[in-house]
Amino acid sequence: MGFFLETLFGGLMAGMLYSLIALGFVLIYKASGVFNFAQGAMVLFAALAMARFAEWIPKWLGFDSLILANVLAFAAAMALMVVLAWVIERLCLSRLVNQEGITLLMATLGISYFLDGLGQTMFGNDIYSINVGMPKDPAMILESTFEGGLLLSKEDLVAAIIAAALVALLALFFQKTATGRALRAVADDHQAAQSIGIPLNRIWVIVWSVAGFAALVAGIIWGSKLGVQFSLSLVALKALPVVILGGLTSVPGAILGGLIIGVGEKLSEIYLGPFFGGGIEIWFAYVLALAFLLVRPQGLFGEKIIDRV
Amino acid sequence: MLYRENGQFKTSYAADQQIFPILQDRVAIGVLLAIAFVVVPMFGSDYLFRAILIPFLILALAALGLNILVGYCGQISLGTGAFMAVGAYAAYNFLVRIDGMPLIAAMLLGGLCATVIGVLFGIPSLRIKGLYLAVATLAAQFFTDWAFLRIGWFTNNSTSGSVSVAGLNVFGLPIESAVAKYLFCLAVVCVFALGAKNLVRSAIGRQWMAIRDMDVAAAVIGIRPMYAKLTAFAVSSFIVGVAGVLWAFVHLGAWEPAAFSIDRSFQLLFMVIIGGLGSIMGAFFGAAFIIVLPILLDQVPQWFGIPLSTATTSHLVHMIFGALIVFFLIVEPHGLARLWSIGKQKLRLWPFPH
Repeated sequence: MGFFLETLFGGLMAGMLYSLIALGFVLIYKASGVFNFAQGAMVLFAALAMARFAEWIPKWLGFDSLILANVLAFAAAMALMVVLAWVIERLCLSRLVNQEGITLLMATLGISYFLDGLGQTMFGNDIYSINVGMPKDPAMILESTFEGGLLLSKEDLVAAIIAAALVALLALFFQKTATGRALRAVADDHQAAQSIGIPLNRIWVIVWSVAGFAALVAGIIWGSKLGVQFSLSLVALKALPVVILGGLTSVPGAILGGLIIGVGEKLSEIYLGPFFGGGIEIWFAYVLALAFLLVRPQGLFGEKIIDRV
Repeated sequence: MLYRENGQFKTSYAADQQIFPILQDRVAIGVLLAIAFVVVPMFGSDYLFRAILIPFLILALAALGLNILVGYCGQISLGTGAFMAVGAYAAYNFLVRIDGMPLIAAMLLGGLCATVIGVLFGIPSLRIKGLYLAVATLAAQFFTDWAFLRIGWFTNNSTSGSVSVAGLNVFGLPIESAVAKYLFCLAVVCVFALGAKNLVRSAIGRQWMAIRDMDVAAAVIGIRPMYAKLTAFAVSSFIVGVAGVLWAFVHLGAWEPAAFSIDRSFQLLFMVIIGGLGSIMGAFFGAAFIIVLPILLDQVPQWFGIPLSTATTSHLVHMIFGALIVFFLIVEPHGLARLWSIGKQKLRLWPFPH
């Protein structure tokens, strides 16, 4: 029982991180109808920027404080992501307005390749570490209830709390601010939003910046766990089935989808894996999403796709 | 002046329907084939064959297959590598497990296995579209990556996880030297390119294009979406599967699942986009471009005395590919093939634009 719960918690924590990346996909899709394949590359790019700035900034400015370095690096990386959002909007999206979904998808694939190359050219291609002072040692809880207690990774716990806080923040942003209202309006109907004076271009820059922010947070958490390297952009491929499962347009869907996939993956690896020879984590999420698609193509909370002649 | 169709009248349906209705095109293709089959084998170096021409031909074949699916039928697929892998491993198993299996038969059987898997993963396309389908085909990619790595039966329980073939021959002729490999690939590619070209001009090809342009309207005029989509998946994955066999058997000789990773899928999709969606010739342009660009990037800075590290080069290639994809999608969505046909159009009027 203790082992099962441990696996379950591990899955929930991993799922929270998948949700964080998936959130980036959903935000962009909701507000511009673009399926942003480059989210993974953005996570890598943001994490690389964060890791390297945290190393460079103290050197340039000549101080020695971990907290200050991290704060400045975060600000610098965020500024970089905003610039990136602006450049992407200017050079790419604004010229592809009214194109089909597939075209936009392929364009983001191109962006993702470009970012992979650019990030590694600018910041180097070794393995970097991000140290934001997350607790590393695991914690033991409920020792009285179970034999041996439950081993929980504090790092995962902190990550999950940060992720939850981020989601709450984004929900507030979407619901309570004027910009959030404008974003929702654009998501509902581009033309109607434009006709009442909401500037589409600026909205897209904001959305991509917000997605960049989500990517940065995801990048920092994953990066401090695994180290920042190229494989980080592959982690994001895991977030694709999460979005599919949850529905492309739903923020709660991304969260729930992430949790389901995270838990399903860990449990299936432990309990089903031995029958298949192990390593089924690689495809479990995809096959689950695929099976789900056949039953309910719009995902858990997605909007129903209706075709009319 | 030279490229003009004045006076070339078509007096029969057969003449009207031929692939190259203009005499100059027929001559050009004839010359091109003659060069490819006769001149190049006489003068080409081993490096040219092994590093450039053979990969070019095989990837062009795979891009051709993918183009049928993405360019002609509008079903985006990110799982091309998976179907190549299915073809390669299936053919390997046929070759190893059945005594005296001829290479060509193994190749076609491998293609058929890829067809079955392709249709299987194409079934979701009947319910889901575009973005969702891309993820569904990614599922194929991840699943085959895992299956060929973990399930020992596929690799004949090889301990290292990599498999190899040796002593290939067709009708008793050995395919060992670079020239023989090149000629074999060239022959296969020619046959398939001709077949594909005719297929996309036929009724089924028109159905694919109708589905691509607007599936609801196509269904209204009596095209069965299920039949059209699944045949596109079948034909596409057959060609891709055969390309996978060639890639594994002829180009690599010994391979492991990483040879057909997701990067291969993306690479092929890029070939199709850069070369030209919905064009047979585009597959060749795209493949040539993507094979040659990294080699050029490797060489050119050295000629100018700027040494670049391998890592920098590979990042540069990434950036250039990415930028080119976006560039082509914005400026010329029909890719290099479209530029080529614009060039031909201009040539028809030259030197009197009007």
